[in-house]
Amino acid sequence: MEPILKVQNLSMDFGGLRALNDLDLDVISGEIVALIGPNGAGKTTFFNCITGIYPPTEGDILITPPGKKTKRINGIKPNKVTERGLARTFQNIRLFPNMTVLENVMIGHHCRMRAGILGAILKDRSTIKEEERVVENSYQILEKIGLSDFVNEFAKNLPYGAQRRLEIARAMATDPFLLLLDEPAAGMNPHETEDLDKLIKQIRDKEGISILLIEHDMKLVMSLSDRIFVVDYGKKIAQGTPAEIKNNKAVIKAYLGEDIDA
Amino acid sequence: MFLTFPIMVIRVNPIEKIIEWRWNNLILVGAGSFLISMVWRYMIERKDYGTRKAEAGEKSDQPPLIQRVMKDKRIYTPFLIIVALFACIFPFVFSMYQTNILITALIYVMLGLGLNIVVGLAGLLDLGYVAFYAVGAYTYALLNYHFGLTFWMVLPIGAGMGTLFGILLGFPVLRLRGDYLAIVTLGFGEIIRLILENWNEFSFGPSGIAQISRPSFLGMDMSVHGAIIYMYYIMIALCLFTIFFVNRLQDSRIGRAWIALREDETACQAMGIDKAKTKLTAFALGATWAGMGGVLFAAKTTFVNPASFTIWESIIILCIVVLGGMGSIVGVIVGALILILLPEYLRAFSEYRMLAFGILLVITMVFRPGGIVSDVRRIYQFKGTAETKS
Repeated sequence: MEPILKVQNLSMDFGGLRALNDLDLDVISGEIVALIGPNGAGKTTFFNCITGIYPPTEGDILITPPGKKTKRINGIKPNKVTERGLARTFQNIRLFPNMTVLENVMIGHHCRMRAGILGAILKDRSTIKEEERVVENSYQILEKIGLSDFVNEFAKNLPYGAQRRLEIARAMATDPFLLLLDEPAAGMNPHETEDLDKLIKQIRDKEGISILLIEHDMKLVMSLSDRIFVVDYGKKIAQGTPAEIKNNKAVIKAYLGEDIDA
Repeated sequence: MFLTFPIMVIRVNPIEKIIEWRWNNLILVGAGSFLISMVWRYMIERKDYGTRKAEAGEKSDQPPLIQRVMKDKRIYTPFLIIVALFACIFPFVFSMYQTNILITALIYVMLGLGLNIVVGLAGLLDLGYVAFYAVGAYTYALLNYHFGLTFWMVLPIGAGMGTLFGILLGFPVLRLRGDYLAIVTLGFGEIIRLILENWNEFSFGPSGIAQISRPSFLGMDMSVHGAIIYMYYIMIALCLFTIFFVNRLQDSRIGRAWIALREDETACQAMGIDKAKTKLTAFALGATWAGMGGVLFAAKTTFVNPASFTIWESIIILCIVVLGGMGSIVGVIVGALILILLPEYLRAFSEYRMLAFGILLVITMVFRPGGIVSDVRRIYQFKGTAETKS
């Protein structure tokens, strides 16, 4: 099957520092793929390259939205990347704190809306319809994510776990075919993590959105992923199914250090 | 107390070479500072109590007075009608002087609402707002002087010139945020003023342009008195138009994008909002209103010179927005009325004006960081969404 995201020989230099070195990765439609690695391995940099926050130094990022042609998206602006159907969340929560939960999700719809200044002033029929549709749609997303009780709450007043989920809801509102989650379980308690596990599977199965996630919680990674990519010092050191990764020598070495006796 | 000691208590009499000790004053200063600190402490404590209550998750059953009034239709509607009636009969009840002051205040309401788009909604700190105001004013002044164009012809042109300059300034500053943006806009404001001051052939330098015609009504000639009343109604109409405009914008797709931009630029971009376009719209629209304000100002005073467009004007307009409540329309109106009308009526204390401004700002920032009227927009939003839901 044709991968919906294909990254080839991706390298990223910050001055003299090579943060990503010749990285390959691909996501096939309907997959949950995990990207793991020790702290500072370059996982978030990888995300930032894909979503257009940094232009990569070398390599290709190719996307194939369902039913569309393959396109190279190197160095295009973040908002254009989102428009093409890649949505992301952030490692440290970046919601719009002084907007309500609903408004946060409505912002996600922004690039799928057309209303301009004139529409806003005149409130013609198409604008009103569009607003109604977006409010309705946003509410449905919140219901799916389980945040419908908080609709009119300020985002900053939500409990931590709910803020994480709101980020996912907001990303889903951009109508993506691939969701990039940057440590969605960071700071969650085991109970919340379990809910997240279910939620992510549900997004994949019911919404048909493929998922690429960075995560440190191994239990979650093993339970969720179809395939795992492991990076260390910006280089890919292993890839495979969870079972394969568990027994991979290079991975164990990267995480735990080398065995002295060996 | 110790700081004031040398000034208030010791008085050197240089003629008789003696030192007078005014112990009475010491007691007064002591009592005064004691009282002030008491009030200060009490206010701080009340504020802390409020935050603690909010943190504990208790919904305070009494939202702030202003919001309660805003929410309650029974109070709100009659209040609005009274204000409207008052506004209608104002020029016939009060003197020309009063009307004139109110016209000035209304111009500032417009400017405040315009700047509110840039600062309050989009979160771009613009310290050179007065530059666009100057552009508008000089557009009318010059077009009227050279070509004899009338007020109504120039009003859209002035607005257009404002937009144009807004976009011109907007392009280079797209990448900047926060403090850097503030400094660049500050510089831009000064550049415009200095050009107007020094380019004699173009703008007639510091002496300015006089005898600009007032707005005419269907080509009739009006007395000064009639012209002022006419001007007043134009102002009221334009303010209503502005309020309508900004109100519609706030809850639209573009308004939300502005607020998202203010809240978190990176996240906003990652959600598919074109940062450059959104910033430019905010700048251009803000500048449009300043341009219109400028035309009105020129028409009202019939005289423009660069001295009217100093950095102080920018700061006062910014104060209006910050004091009134960023992002809140009612707040900005209240802020403009307070900051423009109070100094007019307290002419006797004009030496202390800047001092009073400073104190007022500090007090607002300590006790009501959101401005005098904050949150109004969101309450409205609450209702809107709740209705759609049920």
